[in-house]
Amino acid sequence: MFSFHKTPRLIASTCCGVLLASIPLVGAAEQTGRYGYGEPATDEQIAAWDIDIRPDGMGLPEGSGTVDEGMAIFETQCSSCHGSFGEGMGRYPKLAGGEGSLTEDRPEKTVGSFWPYASTLWDYIHRAMPFFAPQSLTDDQVYALTAYVLNLNYIVDGDFVANKETLPKVVMPNHDNFTWDDPRPVVNNDRCMKDCKEEATVSDSAAGKNLTPSTTGPLDEGITQ
Amino acid sequence: MLGKLRRLNQGVSKMALEESERLPSSERRRFLRSGLFTAGGAMVGGALAGIAPRALAATQYPPEIPSWTRTLGSGVVTDPYGVPSPFEKEVIRRNVPWLTADKISSISFTPLQHLKGIITPNGLFFERHHAGRPEIDPQQHRLMIHGLVERPIILSMEDLQRFPSVSQINFIECPANGGMEWRGAQLNSLQFLHGMVSCAEWTGVRLSTLLQEAGIKPEGKWLLAEGADGAAMTRSIPLEKALDDVIVAYAQNGEALRREQGYPIRLVVPGWEGNTHVKWLRRLEVGDKPWMQREETSKYTDLMPDGTAHGFTWVMEAKSVITSPCPEMPLTGNGIHQIEGLAWSGRGKVKAVDVSVDGGQNWQQAQLREPVMSKSLTRFSLEWKWDGTPALLQSRVIDETGYVQPTLTQLIEARGTNSIYHKNSIQTWQVNADGSVVNVQLS
Ligand code: HEC
Repeated sequence: MFSFHKTPRLIASTCCGVLLASIPLVGAAEQTGRYGYGEPATDEQIAAWDIDIRPDGMGLPEGSGTVDEGMAIFETQCSSCHGSFGEGMGRYPKLAGGEGSLTEDRPEKTVGSFWPYASTLWDYIHRAMPFFAPQSLTDDQVYALTAYVLNLNYIVDGDFVANKETLPKVVMPNHDNFTWDDPRPVVNNDRCMKDCKEEATVSDSAAGKNLTPSTTGPLDEGITQ
Repeated sequence: MLGKLRRLNQGVSKMALEESERLPSSERRRFLRSGLFTAGGAMVGGALAGIAPRALAATQYPPEIPSWTRTLGSGVVTDPYGVPSPFEKEVIRRNVPWLTADKISSISFTPLQHLKGIITPNGLFFERHHAGRPEIDPQQHRLMIHGLVERPIILSMEDLQRFPSVSQINFIECPANGGMEWRGAQLNSLQFLHGMVSCAEWTGVRLSTLLQEAGIKPEGKWLLAEGADGAAMTRSIPLEKALDDVIVAYAQNGEALRREQGYPIRLVVPGWEGNTHVKWLRRLEVGDKPWMQREETSKYTDLMPDGTAHGFTWVMEAKSVITSPCPEMPLTGNGIHQIEGLAWSGRGKVKAVDVSVDGGQNWQQAQLREPVMSKSLTRFSLEWKWDGTPALLQSRVIDETGYVQPTLTQLIEARGTNSIYHKNSIQTWQVNADGSVVNVQLS
């Protein structure tokens, strides 16, 4: 009887001992905000991965490139998709043109007509282009391509040399047409329940437009509806 | 013949034979014969046993005894990782070939018409890649946190899993969902019209925990998240949101993230544009200003009729859609039908959903099905007696902020037809007398 009572008590005290020991540890992490996992990132590791460029030029590396140099690289590495003058082949994006089209029925949003910052061009070409071989270009090549695409859009002259001093000073034509505060909600619908409007009339129907791929059968490239 | 029988016999599973050892001999003979029937298939086994007529019956329902009741099924671990029944082979993600130049930077759509409840199965979660789906070795993958922090750190995937974990159910929607329909009704399919929304239970580490580990400097106001794919996709996120409910997720519906969803880790930014939920996450940088990346300037900004554009329109506003009936799921006859659908809001919980069967003249409040969670898909349903006459079905969600889902006309009045993104207007399904359902727009 005695030992029967004693055993649970022993277990209980062992269990509480464990609990007590672990509480300060959890508290320590909560207090300092640190678990101490992982390893410190070295300057060299950070420099190799930190590739983002900001409008104020933060992140731009040493190096430079001219419009002419850019034209030569563009012809071999970019024109197959974007066209020699950035006009866009097939459904690949246009990189030039479209000025004044933003209020039209079919706006053409390009580097020249739409992009608010030149830094974004350097950043994006460097991180993602050419499409089939991202992050394969040298910094000088990226400067040259940036200069060329800006020149295609009449934003810089043919003698422009892109580098970390000149690029942040380039003012994009559409820069002032962006707002960065979300104005929504901009629509105020009533929660009307009865007799909310006159009879509803259909203005457009997807029937018979032959744009919908099949949603049955195997995946295919065809449009069957 | 005997050789053939023996070969057939080998098809009877070992476990079934062991089971039969324990039966009385008469029972055992019967058991083995039925086993033979499984192994040999209906024709051979059936002919031998003289039960062909039954096996050949055209139907399997009463009064027939189904063939699957009189045979053994396949054993455990036939599919060590389970797959859906072959009868569900149509339930797949699909793409619109004419939409993008190739499948590398492209989109696939979730088959919402087939899904039940609110959770999207992992294999059916919609895809949006900018440079294809990378194959990442988690042993080699690292997350770097640096910038305006006290202690820049590099975390392995094991390190990440040591932090306290959280699980939350959140939808992810591409802001271009429905974006093909601004200028008119084009696509006649729920899947292609609205299938760029999916919902899962995400498990991972709170971003606030990780940022605390690195120690944000007082000047820190913004966060840049970057992917490890060929697009090295980036978005700037204000720290206020980053420290609120954002998580670095490593699991989706209980298992490791799918590669299409960012394996081994992705950001989950509840209620915000899908594009901010950076997949294949490799880097988080704290800064004092936004970076104005391509994905937040050239793309994911909303062009207004006057030629100006709205940037940083992160929140996915409330939206709902009827999933049954829909073009893929027509009505099958007069009588009582359950109109069903999905509703969600990036600003919080769904408060109510109303349904109209007359194109928005009159509305009835639908029932919300539990669970109703913040920034998650929510199911609604309404019983409807269809008399076989044409109808115009609509659903309208009201979220907990009081926001009422707008009509397309209202949305176009406010935003024009060029914004591509954030088309969250009421969907109209036209029900024809034959029960077929068509995507239409109302004037
Ligand atoms: C194989 C085709 C291909 C080649 C070659 C290619 N690109 Fe691209 N480019 C694309 C695609 C596809 C996109 C859009 C990617 C996306 O949105 O995910 C794109 C996008 C861009 C954009 C952004 C366009 C916008 O409006 O947002 C720029 C700038 C660009 N490419 C520059 C270049 C440059 C410079 C080169 C040469 C070094 C190059 N591209 C080579 C296919 C290509």
